[in-house]
Amino acid sequence: MTTALFAVAGAVAVAAAVMVVTSRRIVHAALWLVVTLGAVAGCFGALHAEFVALVQILVYVGAIVVLVLFALMLTKAPTNPLPNLTTARSPFAAAVAVVLALLLGSGVVFAFGNQKIQPVPAGSAETIGTSIFKTWVLPFEILSVLLLAALIGAIALSQRKKED
Amino acid sequence: MPLVLPLLLAVVLFCLGVYGVLARRNAVTILMSLELMLNAVNLNLVAFDAWHLDGLATGQTLAVFVITLAAAEIGLGLAIVLLLFRGHGHVDADAARDLVEHEESPT
Repeated sequence: MTTALFAVAGAVAVAAAVMVVTSRRIVHAALWLVVTLGAVAGCFGALHAEFVALVQILVYVGAIVVLVLFALMLTKAPTNPLPNLTTARSPFAAAVAVVLALLLGSGVVFAFGNQKIQPVPAGSAETIGTSIFKTWVLPFEILSVLLLAALIGAIALSQRKKED
Repeated sequence: MPLVLPLLLAVVLFCLGVYGVLARRNAVTILMSLELMLNAVNLNLVAFDAWHLDGLATGQTLAVFVITLAAAEIGLGLAIVLLLFRGHGHVDADAARDLVEHEESPT
């Protein structure tokens, strides 16, 4: 049951990701990104990582895609299809991606080909919260400092006046 | 569920992200492809967590951390893209050649 759910969500994610990297309309690519991220959240749910799935929907779909759409609006991205959105070297890029996929895929199949997982319901907010605030509390604090640094960096970058 | 199913999905998503980063011209679409790659990493973390079951929920915790890092990264990246747009009037990653090295030093 979970395998079928995961397969469906994964197929949707792959199809939408192909649209993200090949669509000729930038805004459509950003909206396909929403579909991809939602399908990946469904994959997390099928793996019994419900808290991660909810965080994925909240942060990625709710915040990051909105940021991307704002950036597209502020950079005056055209909404009509653009013929030159991909560079002339896209065949080489496709070759690199296919070779990398073959390498990584054969490695994964070779190493974990006959392993099975039995997802247990261990993805509740209680489990993750206990783990974060007991075992992972130092990385958690460092991460909050990093978020503050990123915030200050973004403000400093956007406040910079153009010289001469 | 076989473990290779989520792992192969992560491989495909990661390679699509690699293709997008290499082939796209608009800087915002490059950032979107980066998000695809980070999602593949998260899928790996959650899959290995469901496989290993160490009782600490290590993979899921790290996946939440990576999502936070992605939020910080996209904020800074979009600030840089907006700065590029203000300075040049475009967000074409191929045409932004401010850091190009010339063969003979122009002095």
